[in-house]
Amino acid sequence: MSAPERFLERLTARRAEDPSWVAARRQAGAARFEALGFPTRRDEEWKYTDVRRIAEGDFALATDAAFDTARFDEQRLDIDAYRLVLVDGVFSAELSRLDGLPAGVSLEPLSRAMAANHEAVGGSLGRLAGVDFSPFTALNTAFAEEGVIVRLAPGTVVDKPIYVLLLSRANERPVMSHPRVLIEAGARAEATIVEHYSGEPDAANFTNVVTEVLLDRGAIVDHYKLQEAALTDLHVASIHVDQGRDSRFNSYNLNLGGALVRTDLVTDLNAEGAEAAYNGLFFVQGRQHVDNHTLVNHNAPRTFSNENYKGVLDDRSRGVFNGKVFVKKDAQQIEAYQNNANLLLSDRAEIDTKPELVIYADDVKCSHGATTGQLDEEAVYALRSRGIDEPMARALLTLAFVGEVMDKVRLNVIAERVERAVAGRLPERFNLADLVETAEAIQEA
Amino acid sequence: MLEVKDLHVTVEDKAILKGLNLTINAGEVHAIMGPNGAGKSTLSAVIAGKDGYEVTQGTILFEGQDVLEMEIEERARAGLLLGFQYPVEIPGVKNIYLLKAALNAQRAARGEGEIPAPEFMKLVREKSAEMKMDPSFLQRAVNEGFSGGEKKRNEILQMLVLQPKLAMLDEIDSGLDIDAMKVVADGVNSLRDANRAILLVTHYQRLLNHIEPDHVHVLVDGRIVKSGDKDLALELEARGYDWVLEGSAA
Ligand SMILES: Nc1ncnc2c1ncn2[C@@H]1O[C@H](COP(=O)(O)OP(=O)(O)O)[C@@H](O)[C@H]1O
Ligand SMILES: [Mg+2]
Repeated sequence: MSAPERFLERLTARRAEDPSWVAARRQAGAARFEALGFPTRRDEEWKYTDVRRIAEGDFALATDAAFDTARFDEQRLDIDAYRLVLVDGVFSAELSRLDGLPAGVSLEPLSRAMAANHEAVGGSLGRLAGVDFSPFTALNTAFAEEGVIVRLAPGTVVDKPIYVLLLSRANERPVMSHPRVLIEAGARAEATIVEHYSGEPDAANFTNVVTEVLLDRGAIVDHYKLQEAALTDLHVASIHVDQGRDSRFNSYNLNLGGALVRTDLVTDLNAEGAEAAYNGLFFVQGRQHVDNHTLVNHNAPRTFSNENYKGVLDDRSRGVFNGKVFVKKDAQQIEAYQNNANLLLSDRAEIDTKPELVIYADDVKCSHGATTGQLDEEAVYALRSRGIDEPMARALLTLAFVGEVMDKVRLNVIAERVERAVAGRLPERFNLADLVETAEAIQEA
Repeated sequence: MLEVKDLHVTVEDKAILKGLNLTINAGEVHAIMGPNGAGKSTLSAVIAGKDGYEVTQGTILFEGQDVLEMEIEERARAGLLLGFQYPVEIPGVKNIYLLKAALNAQRAARGEGEIPAPEFMKLVREKSAEMKMDPSFLQRAVNEGFSGGEKKRNEILQMLVLQPKLAMLDEIDSGLDIDAMKVVADGVNSLRDANRAILLVTHYQRLLNHIEPDHVHVLVDGRIVKSGDKDLALELEARGYDWVLEGSAA
């Protein structure tokens, strides 16, 4: 039996009473996945990332959402938020907090929306991420039975972040999950949405998530993806964004965990004034492999994108950055900036970086660049010469390296987690809280 | 406080210091003068613990401790601090964070807890005012985009916050105009007290008009060939280093 057949067998065993539109979609996904098979390194898009560990795996589907409460309290972000929790892809009503949603905000698990045969959901789901994007989106389309649907009515400004926590357990047998996230922001709606991947330290599951974000005119969405899955977890994700006029999408793609991680981020700037900011950070150690593929399509004039990805690589880890900016013919007065900088903390770590601009218009302001380097030993010495010990000196310099990206992170709890992970240890907040406080104290004086 | 005995140092197999002796007591200000290439910077760097120097012979004791056995950060925490001739730029690390981390490292070494934020704020505000540095410098990355004079003032600011027992300053006057020189000198003078000592490394006499030394040493070709009081500096200014060499050869 081929690998795709083996995966799809689980589907046949599982699904029964889907509404017909869902069933049709599953069939299309399954057929496409079977035809494509898993990508190989001969495929240009997967040149540096070998997915055999996924293809050769044997993953069941979880049937319950039980999770140790003590560990849950430890893993979850301590933020005041509307919260939806999936455990190995299964919705946990017990751990979720969906009450008190303000008018104009709808937040529900995908299963509920599908059961209600929600027309609005059916119409939007899969509009951006069809079965042709990659074998993994096809696979997700075939399997997706749980996820999150966020819908914001026009003009709704959500008072608290919407927090989606996806937990992975250390199961006796590894499982797979194919969560589907759909975010629809009506005109001028504003929200912060956090996708947080975490779990038990020995979890060795396969998560294959697809996120679609539709921004109507003037909508503003801050989208955080904080990926701190177990170092044995396998994680494939794609995020697809469609932006209307004057909308703004701020992406924070922060990767700390996972054994094998691939994230695709695609934004279509479809109308004037649309603006996307891609802030990315990956910190890898041991034998972790993290691959980020980003794409910005400037499909309309006067659209803007600004991308800054920073990688910190230790031990024998491997990083891939492939960033493409595409400017369509006659899409004039574009500004597109892209930067990828990598810091190698070990001489056995490796990064493959490929920034790419494809421009078919003439009135554009574009720049791109990629750098890879090591910590400045002179700076390490300068800090030590003031009494700061070596690990702390290296931590400070590593944080300084990611500072440009971390300064943009507006949720302090997230910045703190990331900085702590990257720096190893830290007496206090490096870039934000402490310094802001200090700066204010100086101003007051 | 500091006792350097028969110090021999090589850099890349080239002998730079060739049997140097120097004793500094608490409360004293010493100036090391000498021609370019004599080994002045090497001396201060070896005492501070900079890499790349091989001590082939001799000892350095600081308050009775064998300095050569200590890492550079341990020396700094023990109160041995070197102000650099060419301060390094540290992109992304804010000045205030360096000061805080350094001060807390020193306190931890003494078994004290971290400095409370208000106390720290008061301290750095006062000290930057003394160095005529706008508080905005505290929020900027260490030395990044600073002018030559600002870098030197920043070195002294670190000294004022960290209050070393022995402050060593290598050519702190180079590249300073007369006003900046005065600010730097005032800063250094404010460190003077009965429990502290200062070692100035300088090529020119003019700094010593502002920071009056108790002892002046002439370092030539890896050895101290003459020592005296502040008048020796004036004499060097008037007569040049050749005069000392002739005198010591005779
Ligand atoms: N890192 C180094 N590598 C090679 N030679 C060095 C190094 N540092 C100093 N030297 C040499 O050592 C001698 C003394 O230098 P230095 O201590 O800087 O003198 P000074 O400060 O008195 O001008 C010079 O000949 C210089 O070229
Ligand atoms: Mg010198």
